[in-house]
Amino acid sequence: MSTKIKMNISCPMPKFDFDVITMGHGSGGLLTHKFLQSGVFDILKNDLLDQQHDGAIFELTGKTAFSTDSYVISPIFFPGGNIGDLAINGTVNDIAMCGAEAKYMSLGFIIEEGFTMKEFWEVLVSIKNAADKANVKIVTGDTKVVEKGKGDKIFINTSGIGMVHPKANIHHNNIEEGDVIIVSGNIANHGIAIMSIREGLDFETAIESDTVNLNHTVLRLINTFGNDIKFLRDPTRGGVASVLNEIAELTQLSFYLEQSLIPLNDAVEGACEMLGLDPLYVANEGLFLAVVKKEIAQSFLTSLKADENGTHAAIIGEVTHTNPGKVIMKSRVGGKRIVTYLTGEQLPRIC
Amino acid sequence: MKFLTEYRDPEMVVQYVKEIKAITTKPWTLMEICGGQTHSLVKNGILDMLPKLITMVHGPGCPVCVTSVSVIDEAIYLAEQPHVILCSFGDMLRVPGSKKSLLEAKAEGADIRILYSPLEAVQLAKSNPDKQVVFFAVGFETTAPANALSVVHAASLGLNNYSILASHVLVPPAMEAILGDDENTINAFLAAGHVCTIMGIDEYYPIAEKYKCPIVVTGFEPVDLLQGILMAVQQLERGEYKVENQYARSVQREGNKMAKETIQKVFTVSDRVWRGIGNIPESGYEVNEKYKNFNARVKFKINIPLAEENKECISGAIMKGLKKPKECPNFGIQCKPEHPLGAPMVSSEGACAAYYHYASADEVVLE
Amino acid sequence: MCLAIPGKLIAITAQLDDTFRTGKVSFGGIQKEVNLFMVPEAKIDDYLLVHVGVAISVVDEEEAKLTFKYLKDMGEVEELETPIN
Repeated sequence: MSTKIKMNISCPMPKFDFDVITMGHGSGGLLTHKFLQSGVFDILKNDLLDQQHDGAIFELTGKTAFSTDSYVISPIFFPGGNIGDLAINGTVNDIAMCGAEAKYMSLGFIIEEGFTMKEFWEVLVSIKNAADKANVKIVTGDTKVVEKGKGDKIFINTSGIGMVHPKANIHHNNIEEGDVIIVSGNIANHGIAIMSIREGLDFETAIESDTVNLNHTVLRLINTFGNDIKFLRDPTRGGVASVLNEIAELTQLSFYLEQSLIPLNDAVEGACEMLGLDPLYVANEGLFLAVVKKEIAQSFLTSLKADENGTHAAIIGEVTHTNPGKVIMKSRVGGKRIVTYLTGEQLPRIC
Repeated sequence: MKFLTEYRDPEMVVQYVKEIKAITTKPWTLMEICGGQTHSLVKNGILDMLPKLITMVHGPGCPVCVTSVSVIDEAIYLAEQPHVILCSFGDMLRVPGSKKSLLEAKAEGADIRILYSPLEAVQLAKSNPDKQVVFFAVGFETTAPANALSVVHAASLGLNNYSILASHVLVPPAMEAILGDDENTINAFLAAGHVCTIMGIDEYYPIAEKYKCPIVVTGFEPVDLLQGILMAVQQLERGEYKVENQYARSVQREGNKMAKETIQKVFTVSDRVWRGIGNIPESGYEVNEKYKNFNARVKFKINIPLAEENKECISGAIMKGLKKPKECPNFGIQCKPEHPLGAPMVSSEGACAAYYHYASADEVVLE
Repeated sequence: MCLAIPGKLIAITAQLDDTFRTGKVSFGGIQKEVNLFMVPEAKIDDYLLVHVGVAISVVDEEEAKLTFKYLKDMGEVEELETPIN
């Protein structure tokens, strides 16, 4: 059974008198106005965006987190979502990793001439749905169109801003020996979902990207456990191994993992075997790593597992001092090895 | 996964390690020929479980590591031709040529595509009649039949826009080159299970006999490798030098008949330059006269200057097991996985990269 | 070198001519189209080792079991050889 990606247009597309996006739509003139008015502004309607000012003006008090990310994924439609979902969830999650709830976002499009309105609308609907689910408002944005060949269908940039939870104290400097490393679910789903399209792999049960907004989950945990949560990060490009290597280097502590504890879906593991990929380096989207104080680790895990975004959460290791700056893993067969940084892009092996 | 997971059973691994420790009374140096074997040893942390008396040396069985600089340059030259789509296995992309790697050429605009199989390249040629598709046909004997099959298939489809750039290398001549070296320290070999699945094991008997060297054909999972190491050490302790087949679930003595026929149909044995080692006579495959229209070298009349190996890279001595990566003055300083001087640092199972990733685990505290 | 993993042949999908046969192989939950040219003896439910999209051997199930017997057999042999005190 081949993986079909269904175009799920839950919001009916308005009637446009053009099928594809052209340079004219990005020129800032009448076409741009029509394009935005009968499309983008309508669907993303909110009081701030409706001002249609150059920038959004609002009040924010207290400690604030701010983050930006650009989304250039190919293919733009994949099992489990599309680039629109990533664009919202990714930035909402980055803010959540700072211990904050994203309140407002900016949305920038760079569209390649010839991109169809049908596909654009699909992406836009996903953006709206993801923003609604994450309870975040898109208050300012920009649209540019580039000549054919100078882009790749559509690139999206989003920035997010929100207030840091009063109980949150997330920083790698807080990490100490004895702290416990927890992952919120099965790893490598997103990267393999993408690879499956590129490599023409069929899955008996489709592997879908795990893209989802994690802000509600994370903020609930921060509310309960406060600064016993030392560190949070979502392991996107470069996977779990890259995040852990970064913080190992920054803290000069050692991060010790047990391979047998790392949650991994069977079909994803099979795909990694076939392609010669190490799941520790494969990208994730709706997943986060937490380093927490040992004493609360079990209750943190129980709480996370009760959440819809944490059903497969697991303790995967602990922080030690034995190999400063390194990530060590005990393999399933009992031997130990260093888990290094990924050098360059992860490429499928024949060897 | 069946026929995979069982060979990763931790209890069985512990038993094999125990048995190896029990029977080893002298220091022995074993070479595992194949990069896949090296990868498994490193990935599973097995090196660190073996008794100190046993030294594993990582052999040149990594086609990425032994592909010469000149061949990389040839691939880049082709990729940079207009209307050429160069297709390659992923591992090859980061290997440095004399000026750049395929990955860098790709970033500069060359149409280079990573494929899982050479048969996909034939499909690409079929659906792109206005382009020339070249498959970078690298590998040991394991990959040769698939590459040969792609040529046969392209010929049967009547395609005139498909060709391969062959850079195949053969294991037995490499083993002879290593064993024949005056400074050789290798006492026994773990031969490559998938190479032997194709070619069978007959070629190894004369080698074992001539050099009085045990050769055990192994699979790639932890239990396979450990059983193979046990069998090799048993022979060494007893003063034997036989060829044994640990991987009998896949390897038959005569190999795979269809595979060997396909190889013979398309390829001819040729001399081959091994990166770091130099020319080993009759150690490679080239596309034969009959299929010359599918030989990229002939088709594109490639004539580029022969590149010189990086003089600072001592990969030859390392791949022959004569020197350890740590003995290279550039190791870990000028030469690291993120900026390799030579191929064994590029591939994750190259001897230098494996050593780089593993060696620091010398300090790993064992419980 | 030679990453090849075992999968179960679940269907023959094409037989273009005497020599060009393809099949669907399942690797623990993932299915891929595989060329069966080199394993003409392969039948449905056989396990095949697949390398770069081509099956290179049919797994011999009997031999596969022997790996697990090896240590046990060795143990028995050693017991026989050990002199009884």
